[in-house]
Amino acid sequence: MMSLKQTSRRRAVPMELLGKSKETSGDKAVAAVSHTMLIIWSLIVILPLLWTLMTSFKTTREIFASPFSLPGQWNFDNYVSAWTTAGIGSYFVNTIIVVGFALIIVMVLGAMCAYVLARFKFPGSRAIYYLMLAGLTFPIFLAIVPLFFILKNIGLLNTLPGLIIVYVAFALPFTVFFLFSFFKTLPHEIGEAAAIDGAGEWRTFFQVMLPMAKPGLASVLIFNFLGLWNQFLIPVALNTNVGHYVLSQGMAAFASQAGYAVNFGALFAAVVITVVPVLVVYVIFQRQLQGSVSAGTNK
Amino acid sequence: MIDLSSQVRPDSGKPAAIRSRRKKLTFDKVSFMVVFLGLPLAVYVIFVISPFVQAAYYSMTDWSGFTANMNFIGLDNYVKLFHNATFMKALGNNIILVIVLPLVTIILSLILATLVTVGGSSRGQIKGLKNSSFYRVVSFFPYVIPAIIIGIMWTQIYDPSNGLVNGILTSLGLDQFKSFPWLGDERTAMVATMFVIVWGFIGFYMVLFVAAIKGIPAELFEAARIDGAGRVRTMVSITVPLIRDNIQTAYVYMGILALDAFVYMQVMNSGGGPNNSTLVMSQQLFSTAFTKNQFGYASAMGVVLAAVTLAFSGLVFLVNRLTGGKDDAR
Repeated sequence: MMSLKQTSRRRAVPMELLGKSKETSGDKAVAAVSHTMLIIWSLIVILPLLWTLMTSFKTTREIFASPFSLPGQWNFDNYVSAWTTAGIGSYFVNTIIVVGFALIIVMVLGAMCAYVLARFKFPGSRAIYYLMLAGLTFPIFLAIVPLFFILKNIGLLNTLPGLIIVYVAFALPFTVFFLFSFFKTLPHEIGEAAAIDGAGEWRTFFQVMLPMAKPGLASVLIFNFLGLWNQFLIPVALNTNVGHYVLSQGMAAFASQAGYAVNFGALFAAVVITVVPVLVVYVIFQRQLQGSVSAGTNK
Repeated sequence: MIDLSSQVRPDSGKPAAIRSRRKKLTFDKVSFMVVFLGLPLAVYVIFVISPFVQAAYYSMTDWSGFTANMNFIGLDNYVKLFHNATFMKALGNNIILVIVLPLVTIILSLILATLVTVGGSSRGQIKGLKNSSFYRVVSFFPYVIPAIIIGIMWTQIYDPSNGLVNGILTSLGLDQFKSFPWLGDERTAMVATMFVIVWGFIGFYMVLFVAAIKGIPAELFEAARIDGAGRVRTMVSITVPLIRDNIQTAYVYMGILALDAFVYMQVMNSGGGPNNSTLVMSQQLFSTAFTKNQFGYASAMGVVLAAVTLAFSGLVFLVNRLTGGKDDAR
């Protein structure tokens, strides 16, 4: 990420200096074609979203009348009924609890594990690292059946804490993998300096290393948030109590039920309720997020 | 590994042996290692590793889950599996997905990334298209939308009578699409579903490739241009070889996703689609386990799924290495 910033900065200066250099007609054609293609692509992305937004204000009758007609009245009736009668409100709260706790725990555990693996040499450290890598490649589907019974045996099946711990466990390998390379790059002298100043291992980690790893932690946090917010299989298999539904499974249940009960207006509203908060957060933090993508995958 | 003898497991407490080489084991250090390594590992082993191992064992039993009865039946489940036409159909669909999805997604996102990064002037400094950050921001939108929501949205967009797609097509005068069931017709269900998945991921990989291309030293592009390479030639001969590791990573991620594909398929055609044309292994596994309670059989499906996934990743690495990629020393 750092190198990326530097290159873009290095390039930013000449770009402005040379900005007035003449463009050939060929360049203009290429630019025009490029813009056209990118605009078409952008429309393919945006139109479905805008259409969903518009439809969320229509009544079910209007939806059946025509896909393009504007809503007769712009009001939030659909949103109210989605939030209350369809239970999106409670799913939302459940999701925030589960994802919130899982994120905090996985960040702490992942950072600790990655730190030890990256900064200490001991027999087996390599093996543990590969064990983590294996967890990244194996499909979660293979684990889902035994997981069901493990949770059942410890009494956490269909509970939020059970869901949280499974989220933590499956987000752990990615977190460790990502932060491992991050802690590797922190200079060794800093740890030594902390030790000379009399800081123990605990203090070195929490007061020196963790603050230095902030950019890496932020990137992992974003990825983990998106991953856990999206999670569908784990809750559907391990959390079948309607009162504990998270947003993704609640939405799936709502969508399959809407086929019969036909409150399509509310379904569209529920979709918008689910998408908008994340989209708004994304637009605010998009710089940070795109930096994370490059940092995370160029390793 | 060589200096293994001189190193002591940190929590086994033999200070004398290592005093010469490193600092003495204090309570601080021991407690640190136990908590920092032990806690995450315990969670990981209990909830990730042990289920994988158990699944491999269950796959060789006839366990139904709710009885204590569990007979070891060796490879019978696997034999049964490969004679199960529905599962083989699902496996075939997964293979179609794993071939088509990564290829289409990566090619399209590479093209878009190239347009953004080298669409600018051919004089002076190599530079990207002007005002291109808008496209990057917009392209990324689908990635922040949960897969389940993408599925629900597109099910409505494909809706035969009230959907956006048929609305646009009929208003263009194509009346044969008046109530065409995109997801309900055997010929289009799979293609329509794949389009949705591609739609969801192009932007993500585009952003990834843009970052990778920006990491290539500008001198290389300048040299290529001086040698007379045009834009297409530059992309094929310079850009793609230099970001091949990113492409490999993208290929593996996208392939693993294609072998799962559970969410999309489940939302858009929960029954497997017309004539099982969109049925995938993960859906079969899920219904076998949680509606039919054949846990042993379902675990065998999981093992097959895992085997296919590993074979796929291995193949991608192998192809990349054989075609001259740098070997994966990390």
